[in-house]
Amino acid sequence: MSTRAVRQRLARPGARHNRAGFWVLVFLAPTVLLYGAYTLYPTVASVWYSLLDWNGFDRAGTFSGLENYRDLFADELFWNSFKITLLFIIASVPIQLVSSLLIAMLLNSPKMPFSNLFRTALFLPVVTTSAIVGVVMQFVFDPTAGPVNGLLRALGIVDQGVAFLGSADTALWTIVAVYVWKWFGITLIYWLAALQTIPAELYEAARTDGASAFQSLRHITWPLLTKFAVVIALLTIEASLHVFDLVLTMTNGGPFYATEVLEIFVYRWAFDSPVPRLGYASAAAVAFGLFVAVIAALQLIGTRRSGTGQGRGI
Amino acid sequence: MTPGYILSRLPWWGAAIFLAVACCLWIYPFVWMVAVSLKSSTAVFADALSLIPSDGFHPENYDRAWTTANFGTYLLNTVVITVASVALVVARSCLAGYVIGVYRFRGRKVLMGILVASIFAPTGLTIIPIVQMSQQLGVTNTRLGMVLALAGGGHILGTLLYAGYFETLPSELREAAVLDGAGFMTVFLRIMLPLANPVTATVTVLAFLANWNAFFVPLVFSLNAPSIRTVSVGMISFIGQYSTDWPGMAAAAVISLVPIVALFIGMQRYLVDGVAGAVKS
Repeated sequence: MSTRAVRQRLARPGARHNRAGFWVLVFLAPTVLLYGAYTLYPTVASVWYSLLDWNGFDRAGTFSGLENYRDLFADELFWNSFKITLLFIIASVPIQLVSSLLIAMLLNSPKMPFSNLFRTALFLPVVTTSAIVGVVMQFVFDPTAGPVNGLLRALGIVDQGVAFLGSADTALWTIVAVYVWKWFGITLIYWLAALQTIPAELYEAARTDGASAFQSLRHITWPLLTKFAVVIALLTIEASLHVFDLVLTMTNGGPFYATEVLEIFVYRWAFDSPVPRLGYASAAAVAFGLFVAVIAALQLIGTRRSGTGQGRGI
Repeated sequence: MTPGYILSRLPWWGAAIFLAVACCLWIYPFVWMVAVSLKSSTAVFADALSLIPSDGFHPENYDRAWTTANFGTYLLNTVVITVASVALVVARSCLAGYVIGVYRFRGRKVLMGILVASIFAPTGLTIIPIVQMSQQLGVTNTRLGMVLALAGGGHILGTLLYAGYFETLPSELREAAVLDGAGFMTVFLRIMLPLANPVTATVTVLAFLANWNAFFVPLVFSLNAPSIRTVSVGMISFIGQYSTDWPGMAAAAVISLVPIVALFIGMQRYLVDGVAGAVKS
């Protein structure tokens, strides 16, 4: 039987085809069930919960229409969280993108010694547990015996320890610094993957033609990187929305709500309050979800525009 | 080596020295953590900057973290929960990825669309209904509930990696096996899945990392059940209780981080491939 005949046989409706159809369903079942229960249903249910007045002790809440949203948009602390989430993106993403690109260019050069060793060291914080790192960082930035203040004192920059995480002026920036340190390595790998798509022959050809290092950077590296830059920037922005672990373990949103990002706001009303307000927390969660969706949509548009999305997937 | 060669390499060695200093700074917090875990409480405060304990090594800090602070139990919980949820993620990803990659069934496009659209659904959005649903199923405060919540949602990249890989395999492979009389399961288990071993390695490592390091789900699932805490949750309850025990805290952190760092060093290639795949695909 030729392959064409087999293909026809496989495609022909009949016993074998029905059996394949059965197996397709069996293979999809775990994903459809689990993903439906743990991602799709909760997304829809959050919207429903956000319309309820519900303290979480009763079995179900009472319908209250858009009451939660009215309260939420009048709540200064909600807007404070929103502002801090935005500030966090604006402060962390540009530093992370630019510095990791520079280091990636160094590491990508065949002339760079020990580049694998450096890459491993810079990537190490990425694999560690954020919640553990956050707790350790509380001690690293401790005003009395933490090494950061120890060094500042030894160098004579300060004479008394700075309460980096205990003061509303410095807490957010300290978390930004720790966050960039923690996730620098992942952006570095993104850039390295992008740089490795540029064939080395291009650089060699440019060199034979007498191009300077700067000229090859300007005319080869940069134009070929821009299509990846959009995707990498959006992935980095998206990741910077998820700082729950670091913030909860470093400051718990304090001092005086100075580091309360949106996910902490949701957590506080749903799980860390003497009388939970599940509907109210859900309204904030839905607002947060919409914010993430807008960024994800930008990512899709950016990917389409820059033409890297010809393949499958994201 | 000509002087010209040495001169042309000089800037790169300059860059290497700069990077070496940066890398030392980068891993300093971990070195400091290991140093503190071996110091006595007095030495921690007396010589904050020194990495070598001034009054000898104190391995009993690990003893305290392991037994008094329950990190032995927490570590066991983390291992059990991570292994179970990774197995579940890999199983559901390879099954779904296979049929999505190989078969053109009705509704395939819609399914892919839904999976990709919800790829960024944040835990903050889904967590409240997940906890409510788990309460109704009676699995909050249990390891089972935690495993289902960790493995059930998200992890779409795994399915997409499998689907992308199986799609590139020539269909003749499958057709030849079918001609030889192999059934659907035989083709999948004996031929296709073994070919996808590199993908399985990448998906395993990525899922392991995500689930070992998870915090939001383990936190809300163990709020009323201290005995099922994972190491990440155990850590905040530990410093909440013994805020002045720096060496104990550091020892607990070392216990929690050693397994994941060891895995990273062993499986670095697959991890880097998986991360890079997010950009390339």
